[in-house]
Amino acid sequence: MNKVIANAKEGIKDIKDGMTVMLGGFGLCGIPENCIDALVKSGVKDLTCISNNAGVDDFGIGLLLKSKQVKKMISSYVGENAEFERQLLSGELEVELVPQGTLATRCMAAGYGMPAIFTPAGVGTEVAEGKEIRNFNGKDYLMEMAFEADFAIVKAWKGDTMGNLIYKSTARNFNPVMAMGGKITIAEVEELVPAGELDPNQIHTPGIYVHRIFEGKNYEKRIEQRTVRPEDLKT
Amino acid sequence: MLDKTGIARRIAKEVKDGMYVNLGIGIPTLVANYIPEGISVVLQSENGLLGMGPFPFEGEEDADLINAGKQTITTLPGSAIFDSAMSFGMIRAGKVDLTILGAMEVSENGDIANWKIPGKMVKGMGGAMDLVASAQNIIVAMQQVNKNGESKLLKTCSLPLTGVKCVKKVVTELGVYEVKNNAFYLLEMAKGVTIQQIKEATSGKLVIEGKIPEMNL
Repeated sequence: MNKVIANAKEGIKDIKDGMTVMLGGFGLCGIPENCIDALVKSGVKDLTCISNNAGVDDFGIGLLLKSKQVKKMISSYVGENAEFERQLLSGELEVELVPQGTLATRCMAAGYGMPAIFTPAGVGTEVAEGKEIRNFNGKDYLMEMAFEADFAIVKAWKGDTMGNLIYKSTARNFNPVMAMGGKITIAEVEELVPAGELDPNQIHTPGIYVHRIFEGKNYEKRIEQRTVRPEDLKT
Repeated sequence: MLDKTGIARRIAKEVKDGMYVNLGIGIPTLVANYIPEGISVVLQSENGLLGMGPFPFEGEEDADLINAGKQTITTLPGSAIFDSAMSFGMIRAGKVDLTILGAMEVSENGDIANWKIPGKMVKGMGGAMDLVASAQNIIVAMQQVNKNGESKLLKTCSLPLTGVKCVKKVVTELGVYEVKNNAFYLLEMAKGVTIQQIKEATSGKLVIEGKIPEMNL
């Protein structure tokens, strides 16, 4: 079994025009920086991106938007990106807004082999338009379909050569459910170690879900909203 | 009449010992600063954290540790981290006791609109639809009138809905309202506010029973 690849370029080499790709991260936290750069360089286009957010103008998925490689975004919140807004208003970009919990659970369902989920999120709103509603125990639920993604690209803190992954802090977010949800999952990690070095009890994503893994480099880890408390409270 | 801080201070009194609480962006975030001494609550951040702590000190920011507003934060003793599906799983399953969020409009039957203004750039609902569809107890923190002086407590919402029949309580700069029986029941009034002001700022059905006490902060 050999899942280890050299770099992001090798990881994304067979992502083709028009494919659907899940990208982990919440805001700029826990995004697969190396693979996003490689996608930009590859010039692949007409991508459908499933990602909670769309990055900012010059970082994250914003880089793919700037080079007009995205045909459609499936996200819950896209507010931090001027180029996104321009493309949306001009009709160049299609957007499907999905409640955040629904987005996460549709990824999870794919990884659990379940075709659909029922959620109350969006009942009575425009999100429910055209969707099947079922009543369970007196409450209405929308049927939402599991995502089908050609690739999932995730970022983890540590990984081993078997593809097992451990995430750090809230950089975990969507990464585990997307790792489960892609037909082919590419994981970039800050530290890649030989099998046996990670404690099996601490694994967040079992390697069966991960097809390709590599140690990324030059992580910028940009902070979107740097907030601090006054030093005089430090007593 | 209250300012934003006053609204947050009043809502903080709704937070009881042992609660798991989700705070939305804006005024709700301020509530964390006024939770009474001696009360132990756990703040949930829907990007995957229970036990959200204060902002870090300068130089201690961690890009991998943020809240749902994408602000750098800290953990606390007893914090737990999980993925986004589990985060909304605990919300959907009703494990979060109290949700506090802002709104553009609330209707007398408890509908809420807070994510989209037609004709303006739509940023998305984020986690708001999931939260309002499942929360056990939802308190809305908002200004009672908009910039044009129009009431935001309505008979029916005019903006696209976030959720239906879900808001239990509203706290504004003027008063505290319970939403039940298709009406806004005035529970408390802010200091210096008159019944007339409340009536003028409430477009939906308003019920005033007996003498209304002054809001105690």
